[in-house]
Amino acid sequence: MADGTISSVLKKSSKELQASWAKDLAAALPSAKGRISANELEQQAAEFLALLAAATERTTGGDITATEYKPLREFLEGVSRSRAHQGFTSDETATFIFSFKRPLFEQLRLAAGKDTETLADQTWQASVLLDSLGLHTIRTFQKAREEVINRQQHEMLELSTPVVKLWDGILALPMIGTLDSARTQVVMENLLQKVVDTGAQIAILDITGVPTVDTLVAQHLLKTVTALRLMGAECIISGVRPQIAQTIVHLGVDLQGVTTKANLADALALALKRTGSSLKH
Amino acid sequence: MGEFLLVTIQVDMHDQLALRLQDDLSNAIQKYETKGVLIDISTLEMVDSFIGRMVADISGMGKILGAETVLVGMQPAVAITLVELGLALPGVATALNVERGMALLRRTIDGAEADGATIAG
Repeated sequence: MADGTISSVLKKSSKELQASWAKDLAAALPSAKGRISANELEQQAAEFLALLAAATERTTGGDITATEYKPLREFLEGVSRSRAHQGFTSDETATFIFSFKRPLFEQLRLAAGKDTETLADQTWQASVLLDSLGLHTIRTFQKAREEVINRQQHEMLELSTPVVKLWDGILALPMIGTLDSARTQVVMENLLQKVVDTGAQIAILDITGVPTVDTLVAQHLLKTVTALRLMGAECIISGVRPQIAQTIVHLGVDLQGVTTKANLADALALALKRTGSSLKH
Repeated sequence: MGEFLLVTIQVDMHDQLALRLQDDLSNAIQKYETKGVLIDISTLEMVDSFIGRMVADISGMGKILGAETVLVGMQPAVAITLVELGLALPGVATALNVERGMALLRRTIDGAEADGATIAG
């Protein structure tokens, strides 16, 4: 293998590369000190070097999607994910790779000596290679962040529509937040299943926490009401705020005879009456 | 069941079977002077617009013959499907199960008789 190639430089000068890179990293990412230990950074750098050396030895092609680069790719994905969790930004994460350029170019220059052609060629190849690796980490970083967001969204969806038993045969569903079709689906499934499980006769949908009710939201509410009716349960909508009442009237929304109450207390009293119980003060 | 008829729908219905059912049912309502019909769909995991219409038809038919109809035992997934299909089955009484259905029928029939508003043959 010729002297000035990336692969030979990586093998022969790994110590110098590591030292030089560590210095550059410290300068480029001063804010990293709090979030990641010097030890961890050093270990990651060492592993990156080793894997890069192994990959470039097996292939001179710069295509990082090739199988020879798989271990390196997987390592970078791991680094990217952990950085995302540690709270680094995506460019801070990519800087980890890009800051390797200067040390590597320096060693390539030293190894090439007077062979300017090899130097130019290898420098370009190294640049392309490190660019692709850097972009790969950014891509993985974005994906990891999106996974976190999706998971949080899912959890919010689950938590925000609990079905509670108010009394024998009476269920309540306090709704918080906007009601879209995805949520309505979840709500209907949970609620209807609970009706079957508890044999409830009345479900009170409390919309105190729903910020606005437009025709779309009203449609979703009515769907839930209809589904309940088909299963033989009755529905009362409570927590109707004055502004909501105005909006409903102005929009001309037809509530199709659904009973509505301003607050949960009134709805409960009505539900108790309908199921044959009553409250005594 | 006494004065009530219980119809349990368990299999997929096609046109012929549905018409046969409506026929048998109307004859039975007349023969036994039935006041109430319970249609049990608790074993149906899927319902399409055809079944929905069939149930609505039976219900209407029964009413004309003086019998109240109650649809019982709809599964949650089925209810959601019907709602998404836009089939709200208005005018069809519903109940969670046969027991509740009978209680509902009793209340409705007693109420109707108290008003003296029956059309019976």
